[in-house]
Amino acid sequence: MALLDFFKQRKSNSASIAKERLQILVAHDRRGGGPSYLPQLQRDLLKVIRKYVAIDNDAVSVSVEQDGAHEILELNIVLPD
Amino acid sequence: MARIIVVTSGKGGVGKTTTSAAFAMGLAERGFKTVVIDFDVGLRNLDLIMGCERRVVFDFVNVIQGDANVGQALIKDKRNPNLFVLPASQTRDKDALTIDGVGKVLEELGRDFEYIICDSPAGIERGATLAMYFADDAIVVTNPEVSSVRDSDRMIGILSSKSRRAEQNLEGIREHLLVTRYSPERVQRGEMLALEDVQEILSLDLIGVIPESPSVLNSSNAGVPVILDRDSSAGQAYNDMVARYLGEDLPHRFLTVEKKGLLGRLFGG
Repeated sequence: MALLDFFKQRKSNSASIAKERLQILVAHDRRGGGPSYLPQLQRDLLKVIRKYVAIDNDAVSVSVEQDGAHEILELNIVLPD
Repeated sequence: MARIIVVTSGKGGVGKTTTSAAFAMGLAERGFKTVVIDFDVGLRNLDLIMGCERRVVFDFVNVIQGDANVGQALIKDKRNPNLFVLPASQTRDKDALTIDGVGKVLEELGRDFEYIICDSPAGIERGATLAMYFADDAIVVTNPEVSSVRDSDRMIGILSSKSRRAEQNLEGIREHLLVTRYSPERVQRGEMLALEDVQEILSLDLIGVIPESPSVLNSSNAGVPVILDRDSSAGQAYNDMVARYLGEDLPHRFLTVEKKGLLGRLFGG
C-alpha cells in the first residue's frame, strides 16, 4: 500500500494549506484590523523591542478582540531562540 | 412587489454574469416575469452572454438620466417571453449611476416584474455597492480558490452593513452561497478546496454547486444562458439552484468523481 500512502500524503497538500491560510486571513479581515492605531502600535513595539533583541517584522502581532462588554488587546511577541 | 436579487462576488471572473443569465432564464422558464440588469457600467457584458448584444439601443444610464424610458431600454428575450434584459451603458463616467436614479428605475420595474436580478460588477466601487443596495436576496458566487473565498467574505460583510435593509433596520438580506467551477477530481487529489471547507469558512446557506464544465464556455460563445444546455452538468446544476431558490429541497449533485467503467479506464473516457 506504499503507493496509496504516497497519494494520501499528496492529498494533504495545497488544498489544506489554502484552508489554513484562509481561516487565519478571514478571521483577521472580519475583525476589520481593529482600531486605527494598531499598525502604528505594532511598528512602535517593533522599534522598542529591537533596541534589545533582533526580531523579524512578523514577530510582533497585535489584535483587538471583543469579549462581551470589554475589548481585549492581545500582543504576541515571538522571541528568537 | 418584485423581489430584488443581487449576484455578487467581489472578485472578477468567478461567474457572476454566467450565473445572472442562467438564474434569470431559469426563473423565466418557471413562468415568473423576470428582468436582469447589468450594473457593470463601462464594461457591459451581460448582453453578450444573453445573446442580445446587437439589439441594445438604450441602456440603464440613459434611463437614469431621462434620455429614454424603461420600456425603450428593456430588451425582450427571443427565447422566453417572460425574460427581459436591461443593458449597462458603455460610458466611462463612473458617476453615471446614482442611488436615487437606481432606486427609481427599480421601483418602476418592480411594478411590472416579479424578480429583478442585479448582475454586479467586480470590486467594491459604486456599481457593485449600488447593485446590492436595494437587494432583498444575495447570491454570493465563489470559486473554491483562496482569493475568491476571501473576497466573498468581504462582500458578505458589506452586504450586512451597507444596504437599504441594514440602514432602515429591516430584516437583513438573505444571503446564499453558490460555488462555481467546482472540480471533484481536483478536490479528491487535494488540489482544490472542498465544498465543506468553503462552507465552513463562509458559513452561508449553500444554494448550489456548479461543476467545472466545457458547456459554460460553449454557451457563452453562442450567447445562450448555460441553463438551456439541459444535457450539461452545469446547466442541470443551475436548474437545481433555481428550484432551491424557489423553495424546493433538492440534494446537491456533481460533488463526487464519477466512477469510470473498465472501458472508460482503458480508453481514458
